[in-house]
Amino acid sequence: MMRGLLPVFRRELSGYFITPVAYVFIVIFLILAGVFTFQMGQWYEANQADLRVFFNAHPWLYLFLIPALSMRLWAEERRGGTIELLLTLPVSRAGAVLGKYLAAWAFAALALALTFPLWITVNVLGRPDNAAIVAGYLGSAMMAGGFLAIGAAVSAATKSQIIAFILTVMLCFGFLLAGFAPVLDFFRGWAPAFIVDTVAGFSFLTRFDGIAKGVLQLQDVVFFGSLIAACLAANLIIVEAKKAA
Amino acid sequence: MGEMIVTRALTKQFGPILAVDRLDLTVATGEVLGFLGPNGAGKSTTMKMITGFLTPTSGTASVRGHDVSKEPLAVKSRIGYLPEGAPLYADMTAAGFLRFIAQVRGLSGRRAQECVDRAVELTQLKGVLRQPIETLSKGFKRRVGLAQAILHDPEVLILDEPTDGLDPNQKHQVRQLIREMAAAGGKAIVLSTHILEEVEAVCSRAIIVAKGRIVADGTPAQLQARSRYHNAVTLTVQAPASALEELARLPGVAGVEDLSPPKDAGGVAGGVGVVRCTVIPKKGEVVAERVSRHAREKGWAIDQLRVESGRLDDVFRQITAA
Repeated sequence: MMRGLLPVFRRELSGYFITPVAYVFIVIFLILAGVFTFQMGQWYEANQADLRVFFNAHPWLYLFLIPALSMRLWAEERRGGTIELLLTLPVSRAGAVLGKYLAAWAFAALALALTFPLWITVNVLGRPDNAAIVAGYLGSAMMAGGFLAIGAAVSAATKSQIIAFILTVMLCFGFLLAGFAPVLDFFRGWAPAFIVDTVAGFSFLTRFDGIAKGVLQLQDVVFFGSLIAACLAANLIIVEAKKAA
Repeated sequence: MGEMIVTRALTKQFGPILAVDRLDLTVATGEVLGFLGPNGAGKSTTMKMITGFLTPTSGTASVRGHDVSKEPLAVKSRIGYLPEGAPLYADMTAAGFLRFIAQVRGLSGRRAQECVDRAVELTQLKGVLRQPIETLSKGFKRRVGLAQAILHDPEVLILDEPTDGLDPNQKHQVRQLIREMAAAGGKAIVLSTHILEEVEAVCSRAIIVAKGRIVADGTPAQLQARSRYHNAVTLTVQAPASALEELARLPGVAGVEDLSPPKDAGGVAGGVGVVRCTVIPKKGEVVAERVSRHAREKGWAIDQLRVESGRLDDVFRQITAA
């Protein structure tokens, strides 16, 4: 069923490190995380032994960085013709889709994990609720996974990494703000109330607000889990439909 | 001789374009099949369907009895495939890339290393293994593609234009490699090409496709025999200009093509000069003896006389231009 997942995963993950992509991404991610937390979030000044301002910045960090990670997943294979090589090897389609996705996710998780000095710092300075911080990290990783799944599906639909990047940013922006007035107003004009409520339910920001406080609920896990599953299913269908184009 | 590849009414439609049209093909063990045809004839599309990249619109393709639509992995693990243009992961090193292929092929440890070593040996890649593929010359890239295709010593090898864009030395090496693989036995090899001499050089069977259908199928010699140049005589003689007409009047001759170099202005009009021509026989006639006897009788000095076995490119044009 998932034949080829592991080799594809390993190739993709090591692929980040044989080019400067990994280093650029990680350095930028860490710098921006720092800027958001210390400069804009005024973490020291707030004098709170938690990482809320840090986590609150993540949706905005991911909005631009995750699409940069996901854009090449399939677009590069299609542009270079290697998709023909990949899909004629004894690799199942699902294995290829999942292997690539998991590699990108593992890489994003690594970047996230490298923010650990902040966690150490907060423990040195005060007595934070470490369980809440772990929940925040897990929730953040899940949200990154959601963004990545959207980006992977979009990447499969185009040969151009630039187009994949821009479309993914737009889609992710929509998901982020789904609970806010501009998006909801757009739907309120014509859609029945239950649709407006459904759209509001898709809001990453609303959902992540709780997670940043350290409350990771089962429904959040289910939400991101099903979003990821749906996007990967779409990814599979798009790869199948567009591979020869 | 087992049947390695079988297609039945294999068809691919891209929107309004019928790329492959009910193609029936059987390739047996030991065969080296040359797949010929003009651009857009459906060669690549057929290969892409047999290798499981494209799904047929209708009809079936199977390898060793496994239907590619129903058991794609069983088919893919038995095939080695070099796609057109030999796409490769450019940022990997040749060694890293071949290791990846070995892993995907389910090989590990010593066995994987042996397979990689063998493929590297056959394709003479040793010197460039540590280099990123994007820094390699075109010839080396193609060889990495070939190494990838033969890594697991597949029963069926499908090569889409394996020598396209290579220089004559590189072409020779690739052909040599294909011949070696064929000689080792137990395989079926299918290769597509535009280069007809390649078919003569390596193939045991040639198929010409046009507009998605097979229009000719036979050994290269059989196809050559369909050429109007089959048993034609090309000669270079010292003779008067009237020689061409004399040759054309010989019994069994269908026509004479003048290949003489352009005469110098004010040359030996009517006198004796170099005449170079090809005498084309009527179908089924052999005229070499008559031509040479005629030349001797007339006292022409023969510089060169050669009987042609037929020209594949002529057959190719004749069949596909219609």
